[in-house]
Amino acid sequence: MDKKKIRLRPLIQGIYALLSNGWLQGFFTGTIFKGNTKSICLPGLNCYSCPGSFGACPIGALQATLTAAEFKISLYVTGFLTIVGAAVGRFVCGFLCPFGWIQELLHKLPFPKKLKKLPGEKLLRWLKYLILAVFVILLPMFFIDATGIGKPWFCAYICPAGTLEAGLPLTIANSALRQALGFLFTWKVAILISVILLSLLIWRPFCRYLCPLGAIYGCFNPIALLRFKIDENKCTGCGACQKACPMDLPVHQKPNGMECVRCGKCREACPTDAIEIWRKKK
Amino acid sequence: MRERTKNIIALCLMAGGLVALIAGILRGEAADVLRKATMICLECIGIG
Repeated sequence: MDKKKIRLRPLIQGIYALLSNGWLQGFFTGTIFKGNTKSICLPGLNCYSCPGSFGACPIGALQATLTAAEFKISLYVTGFLTIVGAAVGRFVCGFLCPFGWIQELLHKLPFPKKLKKLPGEKLLRWLKYLILAVFVILLPMFFIDATGIGKPWFCAYICPAGTLEAGLPLTIANSALRQALGFLFTWKVAILISVILLSLLIWRPFCRYLCPLGAIYGCFNPIALLRFKIDENKCTGCGACQKACPMDLPVHQKPNGMECVRCGKCREACPTDAIEIWRKKK
Repeated sequence: MRERTKNIIALCLMAGGLVALIAGILRGEAADVLRKATMICLECIGIG
């Protein structure tokens, strides 16, 4: 991830989003892709009911296996998330998440005021861990019906990515689904509109405050093989990295914090090139 | 924590993750994911 690659990041995000959601006929027919690749999780938050999606959403798949009466503990998805997280941490959020990319594009739109953070930022950031624990793990595991099957609570009541990537295109193209819409759809559209409006104001609000996948990958950031390292001999503590960071993180003090999505803007801004990718010394 | 220790932890986690992933596939979780991912998820789109 050198500086040239950082400048290519929006292109990588766009190409990845299109490649992973490239079954275009689904958008016109109101159907979804049904091939075998759907058993493979994609690294980013990408609804598996998006008409174009070739893979499965890891959060959707995690809930699907947790809610299944025969499994209860999801070895397949936790194994996948552990491998990806330990390798690259939240690099996935910065480069390989279609919903993160969409929020970034929205943030580029002109808006009277742009904020670096919301009031109560520190507390709000803990929300995603609460959502992960309650809506992704505990409720699907323990709030079960008479047949022993649970419900994907995060997908059902919160996920705005599902509403944008699957709910809207499918209900626009599929009249049978359109007729079944009710209060829940209105609730989810309201969440989506809130995230869209917030994205105009601050950078990636869903990723900062609500995303359970970001919460999982964030836990791996401090030890992931892909890490930042501050060269103490070069760093002057000028704070240019924090000023450039769209999340307002003090990168020079804590280069591998749980919130960093590895967008690399700090490295680009550092006047002394003090922020390095950790590499084994030769 | 030393950088080397972090790398060892990451590699151990990746190895453990791989074992879990394979175990999950063997006990049919990937097939279950495929079954659910190839049906329109009514909860995801705000109907169910």
